[in-house]
Amino acid sequence: MTTRSAIKTSTLLAQTAAIASDVAARHAADVDSKSRFPQETFDALRQARLLSAAVPAAYGGVGAGMLELGAQCAALAQGCGSSGMVLAMHHIQVACMARHGRDSAFFERYLRENLVERQELVASITSENGTFGDTRSSVCAIAIDKDRMSLEKDATTVSYGAHADAQLVTCRRTADAAASDQVLVLFEKGSYTLAQTGTWDTLGMRGTCSPGAKFAGNGAAGQILPGSFADSSAQTMVPYSHILWSALWSGIAADAIGRAAAFVRAGARKNPGSVPPNAIRLARAHVELQAMRNNWEACAIEFDEMTASDDQAARETLGTMGWALKMNQLKMACSEVAPRLCHEALQIIGIMGYKNDSPFSVGRHYRDVLSAALMVSNERIAAKSASMLLVFKDD
Amino acid sequence: MSENAAKIRTVLKEHARLNRDADTLSDDSDLYQAGMTSHASVNVMLALEGEFDIEFPDHMLKRSVFESVGAIVSAIDELTEGR
Repeated sequence: MTTRSAIKTSTLLAQTAAIASDVAARHAADVDSKSRFPQETFDALRQARLLSAAVPAAYGGVGAGMLELGAQCAALAQGCGSSGMVLAMHHIQVACMARHGRDSAFFERYLRENLVERQELVASITSENGTFGDTRSSVCAIAIDKDRMSLEKDATTVSYGAHADAQLVTCRRTADAAASDQVLVLFEKGSYTLAQTGTWDTLGMRGTCSPGAKFAGNGAAGQILPGSFADSSAQTMVPYSHILWSALWSGIAADAIGRAAAFVRAGARKNPGSVPPNAIRLARAHVELQAMRNNWEACAIEFDEMTASDDQAARETLGTMGWALKMNQLKMACSEVAPRLCHEALQIIGIMGYKNDSPFSVGRHYRDVLSAALMVSNERIAAKSASMLLVFKDD
Repeated sequence: MSENAAKIRTVLKEHARLNRDADTLSDDSDLYQAGMTSHASVNVMLALEGEFDIEFPDHMLKRSVFESVGAIVSAIDELTEGR
Protein backbone atom coordinates (compact mmCIF):
# COMPACT_ATOMS: atom_id res chain seq x y z
CA MET A 1 0.00 0.00 0.00
CA THR A 2 1.34 3.40 -0.95
CA THR A 3 1.28 6.01 1.80
CA ARG A 4 0.91 9.74 1.46
CA SER A 5 4.64 10.32 1.91
CA ALA A 6 5.62 7.53 -0.50
CA ILE A 7 3.45 9.12 -3.20
CA LYS A 8 6.08 11.81 -3.58
CA THR A 9 8.59 9.27 -4.88
CA SER A 10 6.13 7.24 -6.96
CA THR A 11 7.52 6.40 -10.40
CA LEU A 12 3.98 6.09 -11.74
CA LEU A 13 3.25 9.60 -10.60
CA ALA A 14 6.50 11.09 -11.90
CA GLN A 15 5.95 9.52 -15.32
CA THR A 16 2.34 10.72 -15.43
CA ALA A 17 3.26 14.24 -14.34
CA ALA A 18 5.81 14.38 -17.17
CA ILE A 19 3.17 13.28 -19.69
CA ALA A 20 0.74 15.82 -18.22
CA SER A 21 3.09 18.74 -18.78
CA ASP A 22 4.90 17.59 -21.94
CA VAL A 23 1.95 16.09 -23.81
CA ALA A 24 -1.50 16.61 -22.27
CA ALA A 25 -1.08 20.32 -21.47
CA ARG A 26 0.43 21.03 -24.87
CA HIS A 27 -2.62 19.65 -26.72
CA ALA A 28 -5.30 20.59 -24.17
CA ALA A 29 -6.46 23.75 -25.93
CA ASP A 30 -6.72 21.98 -29.28
CA VAL A 31 -8.55 19.01 -27.72
CA ASP A 32 -10.94 21.49 -26.12
CA SER A 33 -11.56 23.70 -29.15
CA LYS A 34 -12.04 20.80 -31.57
CA SER A 35 -13.88 18.60 -29.05
CA ARG A 36 -11.58 15.75 -30.02
CA PHE A 37 -10.17 12.77 -28.12
CA PRO A 38 -6.78 13.48 -26.44
CA GLN A 39 -5.06 10.85 -28.57
CA GLU A 40 -1.52 12.12 -27.90
CA THR A 41 -2.00 11.75 -24.13
CA PHE A 42 -3.24 8.21 -24.43
CA ASP A 43 -0.54 7.22 -26.91
CA ALA A 44 2.01 8.47 -24.37
CA LEU A 45 0.33 6.69 -21.44
CA ARG A 46 0.16 3.48 -23.46
CA GLN A 47 3.79 3.74 -24.47
CA ALA A 48 4.83 4.28 -20.83
CA ARG A 49 2.60 1.30 -19.92
CA LEU A 50 0.60 3.39 -17.48
CA LEU A 51 -2.85 2.29 -18.64
CA SER A 52 -2.46 -0.85 -16.49
CA ALA A 53 -1.76 1.13 -13.32
CA ALA A 54 -4.91 -0.26 -11.68
CA VAL A 55 -4.26 -3.88 -12.67
CA PRO A 56 -2.99 -5.92 -9.69
CA ALA A 57 0.67 -6.90 -9.76
CA ALA A 58 -0.39 -10.57 -9.82
CA TYR A 59 -1.54 -10.00 -13.41
CA GLY A 60 1.53 -7.95 -14.34
CA GLY A 61 0.07 -4.51 -13.71
CA VAL A 62 1.36 -1.72 -11.47
CA GLY A 63 -1.08 -2.64 -8.70
CA ALA A 64 -1.55 0.96 -7.64
CA GLY A 65 -4.01 1.61 -4.83
CA MET A 66 -6.67 4.29 -4.71
CA LEU A 67 -4.40 7.01 -3.33
CA GLU A 68 -1.80 6.54 -6.03
CA LEU A 69 -4.41 6.28 -8.80
CA GLY A 70 -6.11 9.42 -7.50
CA ALA A 71 -2.81 11.27 -7.47
CA GLN A 72 -2.17 10.04 -11.02
CA CYS A 73 -5.56 11.26 -12.28
CA ALA A 74 -5.09 14.60 -10.53
CA ALA A 75 -1.63 15.03 -12.04
CA LEU A 76 -2.91 14.29 -15.55
CA ALA A 77 -5.94 16.56 -15.07
CA GLN A 78 -3.61 19.44 -14.23
CA GLY A 79 -2.47 19.26 -17.83
CA CYS A 80 -5.82 18.39 -19.44
CA GLY A 81 -9.12 17.81 -17.62
CA SER A 82 -10.58 15.58 -20.32
CA SER A 83 -7.47 13.37 -20.26
CA GLY A 84 -7.76 13.05 -16.48
CA MET A 85 -11.41 12.11 -16.74
CA VAL A 86 -10.84 9.48 -19.45
CA LEU A 87 -8.00 7.93 -17.42
CA ALA A 88 -10.17 7.88 -14.27
CA MET A 89 -13.04 6.21 -16.13
CA HIS A 90 -10.69 3.62 -17.61
CA HIS A 91 -9.31 2.82 -14.13
CA ILE A 92 -12.87 2.47 -12.78
CA GLN A 93 -13.70 -0.15 -15.42
CA VAL A 94 -10.39 -1.96 -14.88
CA ALA A 95 -10.92 -2.02 -11.11
CA CYS A 96 -14.37 -3.60 -11.55
CA MET A 97 -12.84 -6.40 -13.60
CA ALA A 98 -9.80 -6.82 -11.34
CA ARG A 99 -11.86 -6.94 -8.14
CA HIS A 100 -14.81 -9.00 -9.38
CA GLY A 101 -13.33 -11.12 -12.17
CA ARG A 102 -10.81 -12.97 -10.02
CA ASP A 103 -12.49 -16.33 -10.32
CA SER A 104 -13.06 -16.07 -14.05
CA ALA A 105 -10.63 -17.52 -16.58
CA PHE A 106 -11.85 -15.01 -19.17
CA PHE A 107 -11.26 -11.95 -17.01
CA GLU A 108 -7.91 -13.14 -15.69
CA ARG A 109 -6.71 -13.61 -19.25
CA TYR A 110 -8.20 -10.26 -20.25
CA LEU A 111 -6.38 -8.44 -17.43
CA ARG A 112 -3.06 -10.06 -18.30
CA GLU A 113 -3.16 -10.00 -22.07
CA ASN A 114 -5.38 -7.13 -23.13
CA LEU A 115 -4.91 -4.65 -20.31
CA VAL A 116 -1.27 -5.26 -19.38
CA GLU A 117 0.41 -6.66 -22.49
CA ARG A 118 -1.55 -4.68 -25.07
CA GLN A 119 -2.36 -1.64 -22.87
CA GLU A 120 -5.94 -1.48 -24.12
CA LEU A 121 -8.40 1.25 -23.17
CA VAL A 122 -11.83 0.32 -21.73
CA ALA A 123 -14.95 2.48 -21.91
CA SER A 124 -18.26 1.85 -20.19
CA ILE A 125 -21.93 2.09 -21.09
CA THR A 126 -23.96 2.66 -17.93
CA SER A 127 -26.43 5.31 -19.14
CA GLU A 128 -29.58 4.34 -20.99
CA ASN A 129 -32.64 5.95 -22.46
CA GLY A 130 -35.53 5.32 -20.09
CA THR A 131 -33.60 5.03 -16.81
CA PHE A 132 -33.40 8.80 -16.30
CA GLY A 133 -29.83 8.82 -15.10
CA ASP A 134 -30.19 6.01 -12.57
CA THR A 135 -27.20 3.75 -13.20
CA ARG A 136 -28.61 1.17 -10.80
CA SER A 137 -31.44 0.29 -13.11
CA SER A 138 -31.48 -1.00 -16.68
CA VAL A 139 -34.06 -1.39 -19.40
CA CYS A 140 -32.00 -3.64 -21.67
CA ALA A 141 -31.42 -7.30 -20.80
CA ILE A 142 -28.77 -9.72 -21.90
CA ALA A 143 -29.92 -12.63 -24.06
CA ILE A 144 -28.14 -15.89 -23.30
CA ASP A 145 -28.18 -18.86 -25.66
CA LYS A 146 -26.14 -21.77 -24.28
CA ASP A 147 -22.59 -20.44 -24.07
CA ARG A 148 -23.23 -17.33 -26.18
CA MET A 149 -24.78 -14.00 -25.24
CA SER A 150 -25.88 -10.82 -27.00
CA LEU A 151 -27.07 -7.38 -25.96
CA GLU A 152 -28.54 -4.22 -27.44
CA LYS A 153 -28.55 -0.94 -25.54
CA ASP A 154 -29.67 2.60 -26.36
CA ALA A 155 -27.22 4.73 -24.36
CA THR A 156 -27.56 8.47 -23.70
CA THR A 157 -23.81 9.06 -23.26
CA VAL A 158 -20.84 6.84 -24.04
CA SER A 159 -17.56 8.47 -23.06
CA TYR A 160 -14.71 7.89 -25.57
CA GLY A 161 -16.64 4.86 -26.84
CA ALA A 162 -15.35 5.27 -30.38
CA HIS A 163 -11.74 5.43 -29.11
CA ALA A 164 -11.83 2.45 -26.76
CA ASP A 165 -10.84 -1.18 -27.30
CA ALA A 166 -13.71 -2.58 -25.25
CA GLN A 167 -16.98 -1.61 -23.56
CA LEU A 168 -18.09 -2.64 -20.08
CA VAL A 169 -21.89 -2.52 -20.18
CA THR A 170 -24.62 -2.68 -17.53
CA CYS A 171 -27.83 -4.58 -18.31
CA ARG A 172 -30.48 -6.71 -16.65
CA ARG A 173 -29.40 -10.25 -15.80
CA THR A 174 -32.20 -11.93 -17.80
CA ALA A 175 -35.19 -10.84 -19.86
CA ASP A 176 -37.52 -11.23 -16.85
CA ALA A 177 -35.17 -9.74 -14.22
CA ALA A 178 -36.12 -6.63 -12.22
CA ALA A 179 -34.72 -3.29 -13.43
CA SER A 180 -32.20 -3.23 -10.58
CA ASP A 181 -31.10 -6.87 -11.00
CA GLN A 182 -28.10 -6.06 -13.18
CA VAL A 183 -24.81 -7.50 -14.38
CA LEU A 184 -21.71 -6.04 -16.05
CA VAL A 185 -20.67 -7.50 -19.39
CA LEU A 186 -17.46 -6.90 -21.32
CA PHE A 187 -17.54 -6.61 -25.10
CA GLU A 188 -14.33 -6.57 -27.12
CA LYS A 189 -13.74 -4.49 -30.20
CA GLY A 190 -14.82 -6.34 -33.32
CA SER A 191 -17.75 -8.00 -31.58
CA TYR A 192 -19.92 -4.90 -31.23
CA THR A 193 -21.19 -1.89 -33.14
CA LEU A 194 -21.67 1.56 -31.68
CA ALA A 195 -23.89 3.80 -33.80
CA GLN A 196 -23.62 7.39 -32.65
CA THR A 197 -27.05 8.92 -32.05
CA GLY A 198 -26.12 12.43 -30.92
CA THR A 199 -23.35 14.97 -30.79
CA TRP A 200 -20.88 16.03 -28.10
CA ASP A 201 -20.68 19.79 -28.43
CA THR A 202 -20.57 20.70 -24.74
CA LEU A 203 -19.48 23.49 -22.44
CA GLY A 204 -16.57 21.47 -21.08
CA MET A 205 -14.94 18.04 -20.83
CA ARG A 206 -15.04 18.23 -24.60
CA GLY A 207 -12.21 15.75 -25.10
CA THR A 208 -14.11 12.94 -23.42
CA CYS A 209 -16.18 12.66 -26.64
CA SER A 210 -19.36 11.31 -25.00
CA PRO A 211 -22.28 11.35 -27.46
CA GLY A 212 -25.26 9.02 -27.22
CA ALA A 213 -25.00 5.73 -29.10
CA LYS A 214 -26.91 2.60 -29.96
CA PHE A 215 -24.87 -0.40 -28.91
CA ALA A 216 -25.21 -3.97 -30.21
CA GLY A 217 -22.77 -6.67 -29.26
CA ASN A 218 -22.27 -10.36 -28.68
CA GLY A 219 -19.76 -12.74 -27.18
CA ALA A 220 -19.21 -15.73 -24.93
CA ALA A 221 -21.27 -16.12 -21.75
CA GLY A 222 -17.96 -16.03 -19.82
CA GLN A 223 -17.72 -12.30 -20.60
CA ILE A 224 -20.40 -11.60 -18.00
CA LEU A 225 -18.59 -10.37 -14.88
CA PRO A 226 -19.26 -12.82 -12.01
CA GLY A 227 -21.63 -11.69 -9.26
CA SER A 228 -24.15 -8.90 -9.41
CA PHE A 229 -23.71 -5.25 -10.38
CA ALA A 230 -25.30 -4.37 -7.03
CA ASP A 231 -22.10 -5.64 -5.40
CA SER A 232 -19.56 -4.47 -7.99
CA SER A 233 -21.24 -1.06 -7.99
CA ALA A 234 -21.15 -0.59 -4.21
CA GLN A 235 -17.79 -2.27 -3.62
CA THR A 236 -15.90 -0.91 -6.60
CA MET A 237 -17.57 1.30 -9.21
CA VAL A 238 -18.97 3.88 -6.77
CA PRO A 239 -15.86 4.26 -4.58
CA TYR A 240 -13.49 4.35 -7.58
CA SER A 241 -15.74 6.82 -9.41
CA HIS A 242 -16.29 9.25 -6.61
CA ILE A 243 -12.73 9.19 -5.29
CA LEU A 244 -10.95 9.32 -8.66
CA TRP A 245 -13.33 11.96 -10.01
CA SER A 246 -12.83 14.08 -6.90
CA ALA A 247 -9.09 13.66 -7.32
CA LEU A 248 -9.08 14.81 -10.93
CA TRP A 249 -11.37 17.75 -10.16
CA SER A 250 -8.86 18.77 -7.51
CA GLY A 251 -6.18 18.56 -10.19
CA ILE A 252 -8.11 20.91 -12.47
CA ALA A 253 -8.81 23.31 -9.60
CA ALA A 254 -5.15 23.15 -8.53
CA ASP A 255 -4.03 24.14 -12.02
CA ALA A 256 -6.47 27.07 -12.08
CA ILE A 257 -5.30 28.21 -8.64
CA GLY A 258 -1.72 27.61 -9.77
CA ARG A 259 -2.26 30.06 -12.63
CA ALA A 260 -3.73 32.57 -10.20
CA ALA A 261 -0.73 32.12 -7.92
CA ALA A 262 1.68 32.67 -10.82
CA PHE A 263 -0.24 35.82 -11.72
CA VAL A 264 -0.07 37.12 -8.14
CA ARG A 265 3.65 36.35 -7.88
CA ALA A 266 4.34 38.20 -11.12
CA GLY A 267 2.53 41.22 -9.70
CA ALA A 268 4.36 40.98 -6.38
CA ARG A 269 7.76 40.97 -8.10
CA LYS A 270 7.00 44.33 -9.63
CA ASN A 271 6.47 45.87 -6.22
CA PRO A 272 8.39 44.03 -3.49
CA GLY A 273 7.54 45.06 0.05
CA SER A 274 3.78 45.13 -0.26
CA VAL A 275 1.39 42.16 -0.41
CA PRO A 276 -0.89 42.60 -3.44
CA PRO A 277 -4.62 42.71 -2.54
CA ASN A 278 -5.44 39.69 -4.69
CA ALA A 279 -2.93 37.64 -2.67
CA ILE A 280 -5.41 37.65 0.21
CA ARG A 281 -8.04 36.14 -2.05
CA LEU A 282 -5.50 33.54 -3.15
CA ALA A 283 -4.77 32.69 0.49
CA ARG A 284 -8.48 32.04 1.07
CA ALA A 285 -8.73 29.89 -2.05
CA HIS A 286 -5.85 27.77 -0.78
CA VAL A 287 -7.88 26.97 2.34
CA GLU A 288 -10.53 25.33 0.18
CA LEU A 289 -8.03 23.65 -2.10
CA GLN A 290 -6.31 22.00 0.86
CA ALA A 291 -9.64 20.84 2.30
CA MET A 292 -10.62 19.42 -1.08
CA ARG A 293 -7.39 17.45 -1.43
CA ASN A 294 -7.59 16.20 2.13
CA ASN A 295 -11.16 15.09 1.55
CA TRP A 296 -10.47 12.76 -1.37
CA GLU A 297 -7.12 11.62 -0.01
CA ALA A 298 -8.67 10.62 3.33
CA CYS A 299 -11.29 8.51 1.55
CA ALA A 300 -8.63 6.97 -0.70
CA ILE A 301 -6.41 6.11 2.27
CA GLU A 302 -9.34 4.59 4.14
CA PHE A 303 -10.23 2.49 1.09
CA ASP A 304 -6.62 1.32 0.66
CA GLU A 305 -6.22 0.47 4.34
CA MET A 306 -9.46 -1.49 4.43
CA THR A 307 -8.85 -3.49 1.27
CA ALA A 308 -5.19 -4.17 2.15
CA SER A 309 -5.88 -5.56 5.62
CA ASP A 310 -8.94 -7.74 4.94
CA ASP A 311 -10.58 -7.46 1.55
CA GLN A 312 -13.58 -9.57 2.54
CA ALA A 313 -14.33 -7.39 5.56
CA ALA A 314 -13.71 -4.33 3.37
CA ARG A 315 -16.35 -5.50 0.90
CA GLU A 316 -18.83 -5.72 3.78
CA THR A 317 -17.99 -2.19 4.90
CA LEU A 318 -18.17 -0.83 1.34
CA GLY A 319 -21.70 -2.24 1.16
CA THR A 320 -22.90 -0.31 4.21
CA MET A 321 -25.01 2.81 4.19
CA GLY A 322 -22.30 4.63 6.13
CA TRP A 323 -19.81 4.18 3.32
CA ALA A 324 -22.39 5.05 0.65
CA LEU A 325 -23.09 8.31 2.49
CA LYS A 326 -19.38 9.04 2.75
CA MET A 327 -18.96 8.62 -1.00
CA ASN A 328 -22.00 10.81 -1.73
CA GLN A 329 -20.67 13.49 0.57
CA LEU A 330 -17.22 13.39 -1.01
CA LYS A 331 -18.66 13.68 -4.50
CA MET A 332 -20.97 16.55 -3.60
CA ALA A 333 -18.28 18.45 -1.71
CA CYS A 334 -15.61 18.21 -4.40
CA SER A 335 -17.93 18.81 -7.34
CA GLU A 336 -19.20 21.97 -5.70
CA VAL A 337 -15.88 23.37 -4.52
CA ALA A 338 -14.02 22.82 -7.81
CA PRO A 339 -16.07 25.38 -9.82
CA ARG A 340 -15.86 27.77 -6.88
CA LEU A 341 -12.06 27.54 -6.94
CA CYS A 342 -11.97 28.15 -10.70
CA HIS A 343 -14.23 31.13 -10.15
CA GLU A 344 -11.85 32.44 -7.48
CA ALA A 345 -8.89 31.94 -9.81
CA LEU A 346 -10.72 34.02 -12.42
CA GLN A 347 -11.44 36.82 -9.93
CA ILE A 348 -7.80 36.87 -8.84
CA ILE A 349 -6.40 36.95 -12.36
CA GLY A 350 -9.05 39.16 -13.92
CA ILE A 351 -9.17 39.80 -17.64
CA MET A 352 -6.01 37.79 -18.31
CA GLY A 353 -7.79 34.76 -16.92
CA TYR A 354 -10.91 35.50 -18.95
CA LYS A 355 -8.98 35.57 -22.22
CA ASN A 356 -8.71 32.20 -23.92
CA ASP A 357 -5.32 32.89 -25.48
CA SER A 358 -3.52 34.08 -22.35
CA PRO A 359 -1.07 31.95 -20.35
CA PHE A 360 -3.28 32.71 -17.33
CA SER A 361 -6.50 31.57 -19.01
CA VAL A 362 -8.79 29.53 -16.74
CA GLY A 363 -11.80 29.27 -19.05
CA ARG A 364 -11.26 25.63 -19.95
CA HIS A 365 -10.74 24.70 -16.29
CA TYR A 366 -13.93 26.46 -15.29
CA ARG A 367 -15.99 24.88 -18.09
CA ASP A 368 -14.53 21.42 -17.43
CA VAL A 369 -15.38 21.37 -13.71
CA LEU A 370 -18.94 22.56 -14.31
CA SER A 371 -19.58 18.97 -15.42
CA ALA A 372 -18.74 17.68 -11.93
CA ALA A 373 -22.11 18.46 -10.34
CA LEU A 374 -23.92 16.97 -13.36
CA MET A 375 -22.21 13.66 -13.95
CA VAL A 376 -24.42 11.70 -11.60
CA SER A 377 -26.49 14.75 -10.73
CA ASN A 378 -25.87 16.21 -7.29
CA GLU A 379 -29.63 16.63 -6.90
CA ARG A 380 -30.08 12.88 -7.29
CA ILE A 381 -27.20 12.16 -4.91
CA ALA A 382 -28.56 14.60 -2.30
CA ALA A 383 -31.98 12.95 -2.52
CA LYS A 384 -30.42 9.51 -1.97
CA SER A 385 -28.40 10.78 0.99
CA ALA A 386 -31.46 12.46 2.46
CA SER A 387 -33.34 9.18 2.23
CA MET A 388 -30.49 7.19 3.82
CA LEU A 389 -30.12 9.71 6.64
CA LEU A 390 -33.68 8.86 7.71
CA VAL A 391 -32.34 5.55 9.04
CA PHE A 392 -28.59 6.20 9.44
CA LYS A 393 -27.66 7.18 13.00
CA ASP A 394 -23.93 7.98 12.67
CA ASP A 395 -23.42 5.96 15.88
CA MET B 1 -45.02 -18.73 9.57
CA SER B 2 -43.79 -16.87 12.64
CA GLU B 3 -45.61 -13.76 13.81
CA ASN B 4 -42.62 -11.58 12.95
CA ALA B 5 -42.35 -13.00 9.44
CA ALA B 6 -46.03 -12.17 8.86
CA LYS B 7 -45.53 -8.60 10.06
CA ILE B 8 -42.44 -8.29 7.84
CA ARG B 9 -44.42 -9.46 4.81
CA THR B 10 -47.04 -6.81 5.53
CA VAL B 11 -44.31 -4.13 5.65
CA LEU B 12 -42.84 -5.46 2.40
CA LYS B 13 -46.24 -5.35 0.69
CA GLU B 14 -46.63 -1.70 1.59
CA HIS B 15 -43.11 -0.42 1.04
CA ALA B 16 -40.79 -2.75 -0.89
CA ARG B 17 -42.46 -2.21 -4.29
CA LEU B 18 -41.89 -5.84 -5.20
CA ASN B 19 -42.89 -7.16 -8.58
CA ARG B 20 -44.85 -9.99 -6.93
CA ASP B 21 -46.98 -10.61 -3.82
CA ALA B 22 -44.80 -10.79 -0.68
CA ASP B 23 -46.89 -13.77 0.51
CA THR B 24 -45.68 -15.81 -2.45
CA LEU B 25 -42.02 -15.32 -1.47
CA SER B 26 -40.23 -17.98 0.52
CA ASP B 27 -38.20 -16.93 3.56
CA ASP B 28 -34.97 -17.06 1.56
CA SER B 29 -36.20 -15.46 -1.68
CA ASP B 30 -33.97 -12.56 -2.74
CA LEU B 31 -35.95 -9.35 -2.27
CA TYR B 32 -33.65 -7.34 -4.54
CA GLN B 33 -34.20 -9.83 -7.35
CA ALA B 34 -37.92 -9.44 -6.63
CA GLY B 35 -37.55 -5.76 -7.54
CA MET B 36 -36.76 -4.00 -4.26
CA THR B 37 -34.52 -1.00 -5.02
CA SER B 38 -32.12 0.52 -2.51
CA HIS B 39 -34.48 3.50 -2.26
CA ALA B 40 -37.44 1.21 -1.45
CA SER B 41 -35.28 -0.67 1.07
CA VAL B 42 -34.89 2.54 3.10
CA ASN B 43 -38.67 2.79 3.39
CA VAL B 44 -38.78 -0.85 4.45
CA MET B 45 -36.16 -0.12 7.14
CA LEU B 46 -38.12 2.88 8.40
CA ALA B 47 -41.38 0.93 8.51
CA LEU B 48 -39.71 -2.00 10.31
CA GLU B 49 -38.22 0.37 12.90
CA GLY B 50 -41.72 1.73 13.51
CA GLU B 51 -43.49 -1.64 13.47
CA PHE B 52 -41.08 -3.40 15.84
CA ASP B 53 -40.08 -0.34 17.89
CA ILE B 54 -36.40 -0.90 17.17
CA GLU B 55 -33.48 1.03 15.72
CA PHE B 56 -31.15 -0.68 13.30
CA PRO B 57 -27.57 0.22 14.29
CA ASP B 58 -25.46 1.54 11.39
CA HIS B 59 -23.46 -1.68 11.01
CA MET B 60 -26.71 -3.48 10.16
CA LEU B 61 -27.60 -0.99 7.44
CA LYS B 62 -26.36 -3.05 4.51
CA ARG B 63 -27.89 -5.06 1.70
CA SER B 64 -27.37 -8.51 3.18
CA VAL B 65 -29.39 -7.71 6.32
CA PHE B 66 -32.47 -6.90 4.23
CA GLU B 67 -32.03 -9.33 1.35
CA SER B 68 -34.77 -11.79 2.40
CA VAL B 69 -37.62 -12.26 4.87
CA GLY B 70 -35.42 -14.75 6.74
CA ALA B 71 -32.53 -12.29 6.99
CA ILE B 72 -34.85 -9.59 8.34
CA VAL B 73 -36.32 -12.04 10.90
CA SER B 74 -32.79 -12.78 12.16
CA ALA B 75 -31.94 -9.09 12.38
CA ILE B 76 -35.10 -8.31 14.34
CA ASP B 77 -34.56 -11.32 16.63
CA GLU B 78 -31.08 -10.02 17.36
CA LEU B 79 -32.38 -6.55 18.23
CA THR B 80 -35.32 -7.69 20.34
CA GLU B 81 -33.51 -10.50 22.19
CA GLY B 82 -34.17 -10.39 25.93
CA ARG B 83 -37.13 -8.06 25.74
